[in-house]
Amino acid sequence: MNKEIIACFPQWGSYSCAFRYLFENGFDVKYMTPPPITKHTLEVGSLNSPDFVCVPFKYCLGCHIEALENGANCLMQIYGSCRLNFYGELEEKILRDLGYDFKFFNMAEINFRSPKSIIQNLKIVNPNLSLIKVAKTIPTTIDIIKTIDKIEDFIRKNAGFEIRENEMEDLFSEFKKKLDETTNSKEYKKLKKEYLKKIMSVEINKPKHPIRVGLVGDYYTVQEPYSNYFMEKELEKMHIEVHREMNLTNSIIKSKYKESRKYGKKYVKFNIGATANYTVAEVLKYAKNGLDGIIQVKSFGCTPELNAQTVLQNISKDYKVPILYFSFDSQTSETGIKTRLEAFYDMLSTKKKG
Amino acid sequence: MKGYLGIDIGSISTKGVVIDEDLNIVASEYLWTEGDPMGAVKRLLKVLENQLKDKDIKIVSVGTTGSARKLIGVMTNASVVKNEITAHAVGTTTLHPDVNTIFEIGGQDSKIIIIENGYVTDYAMNTLCAAGTGSFLSSQAHRLGVTVEEFGEIALKSQHPTNIAARCTVFAESDLVHKAQIGHSKEDIIAGLCKAVVTNYLNNIGKGKKFRPPIVFQGGVSKNVGVKKAFEDAVGHEVIVDKNGHLMGAFGVAVLAKKSGIEKDFSFDVADIKFRTTGFDCPKCANHCEIVCVFKDDKLIDSWGNKCDNGTVKIN
Repeated sequence: MNKEIIACFPQWGSYSCAFRYLFENGFDVKYMTPPPITKHTLEVGSLNSPDFVCVPFKYCLGCHIEALENGANCLMQIYGSCRLNFYGELEEKILRDLGYDFKFFNMAEINFRSPKSIIQNLKIVNPNLSLIKVAKTIPTTIDIIKTIDKIEDFIRKNAGFEIRENEMEDLFSEFKKKLDETTNSKEYKKLKKEYLKKIMSVEINKPKHPIRVGLVGDYYTVQEPYSNYFMEKELEKMHIEVHREMNLTNSIIKSKYKESRKYGKKYVKFNIGATANYTVAEVLKYAKNGLDGIIQVKSFGCTPELNAQTVLQNISKDYKVPILYFSFDSQTSETGIKTRLEAFYDMLSTKKKG
Repeated sequence: MKGYLGIDIGSISTKGVVIDEDLNIVASEYLWTEGDPMGAVKRLLKVLENQLKDKDIKIVSVGTTGSARKLIGVMTNASVVKNEITAHAVGTTTLHPDVNTIFEIGGQDSKIIIIENGYVTDYAMNTLCAAGTGSFLSSQAHRLGVTVEEFGEIALKSQHPTNIAARCTVFAESDLVHKAQIGHSKEDIIAGLCKAVVTNYLNNIGKGKKFRPPIVFQGGVSKNVGVKKAFEDAVGHEVIVDKNGHLMGAFGVAVLAKKSGIEKDFSFDVADIKFRTTGFDCPKCANHCEIVCVFKDDKLIDSWGNKCDNGTVKIN
């Protein structure tokens, strides 16, 4: 393994486990699990970002600065069909202006139609890279991502009814910790089997008709718990079954974009940017399935989600399902969020009883 | 007879209501918080105690709401600590069982609550921005040299309200200055401001909502007849302002305290006990949680603000 290269991707839910596996076993470089997001991450990110950029950028930049300070020297950014496409370019420029020395793998630069371009860009991470090795690690990486998504989905729906508080989350942390030590797919598969069983057999006491809430929002805010003020955990504490479809499995591994466009056709006929069409389709599905309420979380100024918001109002009216909208930036007070969530819970629970 | 105390501690004002078992208001007070919620509650309790002097009422349960509800809940040994949205909805539906829409504008927040058959079915509250709330009106009143109390009456005299940009307080203010300088009369500008508050409210909080009558308008700003009229003009329905509209949160949480069935010792002596809070930044990780500790007679009784167990403060 080339120990001189230390790669790091910004904090994004629990996926660093999967990225670590890919980079250490496939790209043959060291991977740094980014330090957990804290207030400091956001502060240092905001300080060096344009004020009006959406807040996920500030988180990513903060993560990258912390990673560089901790010794990472190869950073990465993904691409998307909104401002996300400029994240990489802008981050690299800001970080270079700050005087850091690093390699930057910006996926927005790849021309996916040209194998040459793909290889050239992959070689930024490790010039001596073996494509065969990378290719061999990909199936397990994908499976790790799917497993993470499967476990998280299960936790969201059941953790609110645990008999012993936090049991699932503790087991999941244990799993992630052990996952960070695996070097081959055999080890991983054993671990997966063991923990899937353990987590799914945690004792719960779930009523027949619990309150069910669907969570939607912009790609980063809905997936990174710190950036939505641990909304899923807050809802679980209120004994709510939380539904969330947006994750890596449903967006990149097996894109549901076309399906979403078709499903939401009655409400929106064209592409409204980024993952906003997913948002519309998810909300429509939740409404049709009779969920009690829906929460949209977005970063302040997220245009695609704003587009979706107007559509959601129509769905809310047609299906009589209440939707709570949140816009986050770096300065929102937590008290205000809790007040609104509590009121939302009160509303759903009295309606359910009534 | 048993009595129930509800306290609503907002950013600007503190409200207290005592109800009896038949939900009649037997004592009430409205005063300024002045940035000191604990001090305001002590003053409030003194006034309420005085009003109850000749009445045979014993308070058996306390409810708190508003942004300082947790702090005051600890201080008064409350049975119910509820968010202000639920408290307002409960208060209003108790007094006006047929209400379908509640408009509410307070000191720094504004909300809309939609009710169907007595149940809240939807609500919205302002986020990120306090444009069009009570503090905006009072600062503009000050600029125009009138008190906020006379604001509404002056607005009613206007025949042609001036158009004032409603989206943002800063823009509204520059618009106002500009209109005054080019010669618009004061009552037209004041009426324009009332209209701007309503437009702002309907465009932000009320976006996508249906306003079905009966509509009740409450919160401190509901005392402003100019804003009430602007609401009626905009939605085309009568808007009801209850004489206790400014106390609705406190009334609601008193009703909730009664409904909870929990009875806890309460004495007006709380007003004489020394309460103190201290805050510190937890040094244990980079989150630097701001932890608040509450002391009663120098004895630690509660603490909060920590995101994880590392920041827990032990209570002896």
